[in-house]
Amino acid sequence: MENKYAIESNNLSIHYGSYTAVKDVSVKIQPQKITAIIGPSGCGKSTLLRALNRMNDFVPGCHVTGELLLQGQNLYGNQIDPVEVRRKIGMVFQKPNPFPKSIYENIAWGARINGFKGKMDELVEQSLRSAALWDEVKDKLQESAYALSGGQQQRLCIARTIAIQPEIILMDEPASALDPISTLRIEELMQELKKNYTIIIVTHNMQQAARASDFTAMMMIDDNRAGGVIEFDETKKIFTRPSDKRTEDYVTGRFG
Amino acid sequence: MIRKTFESEIQQVKDEVILLGSMVEHAILGSVEALKKRDIAASEKIMAEDKEINKKRFAIENQLMILIATQQPMAHDLRLLASTMEIISELERMGDYAKGIANINIRMGEEALLKPLIDIPRMAQIGTSMLHRALSAFINEDVEVAKSIPVEDDEVDALYNQIYRELMLIIIQDPKSIERANWLLWVAHNLERVADRVTNICERTIFIATGSFSEIKSSDDEFWKGQHR
Repeated sequence: MENKYAIESNNLSIHYGSYTAVKDVSVKIQPQKITAIIGPSGCGKSTLLRALNRMNDFVPGCHVTGELLLQGQNLYGNQIDPVEVRRKIGMVFQKPNPFPKSIYENIAWGARINGFKGKMDELVEQSLRSAALWDEVKDKLQESAYALSGGQQQRLCIARTIAIQPEIILMDEPASALDPISTLRIEELMQELKKNYTIIIVTHNMQQAARASDFTAMMMIDDNRAGGVIEFDETKKIFTRPSDKRTEDYVTGRFG
Repeated sequence: MIRKTFESEIQQVKDEVILLGSMVEHAILGSVEALKKRDIAASEKIMAEDKEINKKRFAIENQLMILIATQQPMAHDLRLLASTMEIISELERMGDYAKGIANINIRMGEEALLKPLIDIPRMAQIGTSMLHRALSAFINEDVEVAKSIPVEDDEVDALYNQIYRELMLIIIQDPKSIERANWLLWVAHNLERVADRVTNICERTIFIATGSFSEIKSSDDEFWKGQHR
């Protein structure tokens, strides 16, 4: 069945020169669900996440083997434009990184570059509403994005990402620099966003993965220090009765 | 070991569960012994001690709630804490059965026993022995032992059936004995329930260890099947 999965990898490996950082990842990501990637530091979570929208292209010596399929198309195929990949698969980073521009321009800029021809005011409002930020900023759209709090800046970055209407949103520790209330607000927002988008989130916060995700991928390094997905299942199963002893040790805090 | 504090707090809870279990065992055996000897004062003591059992259960429940709130247990830890919540409730209810038996002895007042008690103390012996071993299996998370104990419930059910028929026969022969027979029937019923609840504890132990629920069997069904031949 076509498009059954939002994105699918087959034996995806990520190498830096002769060193393999992530090995043989084969996962099928469900559409309009939140998938969390968890695992101890250095297991390749962020490396894997960045490979999903070809951000690792910027890293010298990095190359990828295996397949990464978006709607049946290999994103690492020869004829694929990585810029187009990143339009379809957006990313939100650990530290909020708004542009040094107005709140309005933070959203309008990317859309304009991507050839958006519709009514810009509407797009800005709609994006800010989707990111649950509109009510807080509607009276100061021309003010600098830097005037916002960290939590608001992160939601602005999410608004900026959804303004270009991606299919998948990648989030790399999106709440680790935020206070607990802002963190919960981002998690609530994710639940709203998954109605329209597929979300993949890397998090060190196991409680966050447990609270906010539908599926969880557990990563761990092997004897050669290559990271891999050792268990992939529904979140409720991973946190109540995981199959792999290493997952059990990690989620109960005995390891990692 | 990374979670040393958490581990030691879990150990403390387990110790408390064992203590609660021994209080319940003591109450069950004591209630039947008091009935057998028609010792009213001993029964009154058991009724009073039930309050201690209830208190202990709530103290453990509170400890569990604090651990769940502060330690965010996952996977095996979560199954253990959630199941322990269930197990202490089973134990408290078993304590209530002992209290019920003590209450019957007090209500009987000066009335003599309808018949000497032989099978009823036997039921109490088997039930408390099952309970004792079920709690050891819980502590050790011994799935094999937990699976083997509920089988012994058959013997308790058989004794209950036997007592039931015997009492019915006495009632038919002498309808004036109805009230006294009924008292003993209640006692036997309470003891039959003790063994059923031991089965529940064993099921929880298997769940803690394996993560899968399996209902071992319902002896209630067995009993009623026997009555409707």
